[in-house]
Amino acid sequence: MQLAGKAYKFGDNVDTDVIIPGKYLVTTDPARLAPHCMEGIDPEFAKKVQKGDMIFAGENFGCGSSREHAPIAIKASGASCVVAKNFARIFFRNAINIGLPILVCPEAVDYAKSGSSAKVDTERGIVDVDGKSFEADPFPEFITSIIQKGGLMEYVKERLKQKQVPVSSSA
Amino acid sequence: MGMTMTEKIIASHAGLEEVKPGQLVNAKVDVIMAHDITGPPAFKALKNNGLVDYVDSKKVVLVLDHIVPPKDIDSAMNCMAVRQFAGEKNIEHFYDVGQGGIAHNVLPQEGLVAPGDLAVGGDSHTCTYGALGCFATGMGHTDIAAAMALGEVWLRVPETLKFVYNGKLGKYVTGKDLILQTIGKITVNGANYKAMEFVGYAIRSLPMEQRFTMTNMVIEASGKNGVMPVDDVTKDYVKGRVDREYKIYKSDEDAKFEKTYEFDIDNIPPLVAKPYSPDNIAPVDEVKGVKVDQVFIGSCTNGWLGDLRQAAEIMKGEKIAKGIRLIVIPATMAIYRQALKEGLIDVFIDAGGVVSPSTCGPCPGLHQGVMGPGEVGLFTTNRNFRGRTGHPEAKIYLSNPYVAAATAITGEITDPREV
Repeated sequence: MQLAGKAYKFGDNVDTDVIIPGKYLVTTDPARLAPHCMEGIDPEFAKKVQKGDMIFAGENFGCGSSREHAPIAIKASGASCVVAKNFARIFFRNAINIGLPILVCPEAVDYAKSGSSAKVDTERGIVDVDGKSFEADPFPEFITSIIQKGGLMEYVKERLKQKQVPVSSSA
Repeated sequence: MGMTMTEKIIASHAGLEEVKPGQLVNAKVDVIMAHDITGPPAFKALKNNGLVDYVDSKKVVLVLDHIVPPKDIDSAMNCMAVRQFAGEKNIEHFYDVGQGGIAHNVLPQEGLVAPGDLAVGGDSHTCTYGALGCFATGMGHTDIAAAMALGEVWLRVPETLKFVYNGKLGKYVTGKDLILQTIGKITVNGANYKAMEFVGYAIRSLPMEQRFTMTNMVIEASGKNGVMPVDDVTKDYVKGRVDREYKIYKSDEDAKFEKTYEFDIDNIPPLVAKPYSPDNIAPVDEVKGVKVDQVFIGSCTNGWLGDLRQAAEIMKGEKIAKGIRLIVIPATMAIYRQALKEGLIDVFIDAGGVVSPSTCGPCPGLHQGVMGPGEVGLFTTNRNFRGRTGHPEAKIYLSNPYVAAATAITGEITDPREV
């Protein structure tokens, strides 16, 4: 997937309470969550963000609550992906599970500013910021396979067909 | 090379002799929890993919705890969806409002999770159960749907960080202070993707409830799970609750810990976490005198019976300060009933507080005490991120129940040793 848009830069430890505050958790309807995306940290974000734009963030993006509403809201806002120094583990799983592209690329995050023009090649793991190219950390093969299948539920259906095969048994 | 208890539990559930940090495995799950926020979208994912028939009802625990009784039509519909699924799948362990309380307190209380288990839940504080010597971790609703359909989850075996607590807790210092101290030391990103194992004399001396308070907040350091060795305190707790065989796992002498942190706790004072992060730790003295609008004693972290006893010990015969609100929420209905019998509820009501039904309450900012702009709260909860409990300009301090009770009496953050 080729993505292109403007960068929105955030700091470390952006928690899921600011990505989508608790009062909106009564629904998982993307259309109802989208207008409140990032409301706790940048109330104007949902109004400003254009289709394709990207979130660049520091360490531990998506920490705190397990709410999958967070990646749903980001995806529904029009943002095309999140590039971070690293992700909180539940957010990481949730994003993969629902097909929100995420990339771990600390150098690109350091280089990016809000307003930078950014491009991402999700297959090759290349993040381009204002014309400078960075290579994202590759995901384990198994995680890539979930992404390629189109999310976790597709994996579940396949797995049920061949239940005895483990994900991996080697270290 | 030996294994840590987290590695052993994962290995046994993955059907492997040995696992190493970083390895990806499929592990069988014993318990899968969902509540009124994460249950409905998980059920929807199961239904949309034709997977409902695969769900093993015996493994599933459903608890209505976030917005019950419902505050609006959306939350009523979420509760309806959980009731409907529980009925359809004949789920024995379904707790409606008034029957259970907060999931993370209900599951241990009812013996639904046991030492050696592998439990997952659609809530980040699922890590609470690890104090029983099991592996427990929180996930989003799609992962929970997948766990229900497959009876297994994929896991990356975490590195284990070891935390050793030497010495004895001072007066009005609790398990809450130990975990705040720990998060303050390693930060909210300090245990991301990792297991936290808590050991030492101070842990062995802690009652079960305060152990749960510590593992509850593992997620506040972004940890994957927290564990404590099983000892007589654990065995006494599960006796009469868990009615099945369980297995005790122990870290090997030569287990590999990524890092070991030692704490001498003799001189740790009561602590608070200042806005807006649970790692923003200060001794209570440092913030003494900060005016507070609302005190909340409750939540999966500190809504245990022992917590209410601590608060009542300070509040007995006292009145809350003029202009302050006190909200008390026993974590489960069983705790509520016992607190009534012991006269604790009378103490809170006599003081001028309000006691609400057993739910998450204002902690996630959903109802029963949501905070307005600029208001200051002192909560016994687990996280104080901006906007979590209401308006983004509300400021929440976190503390143990002694500090909360003392603060309710004076109207400003107060060291309980000085009341």
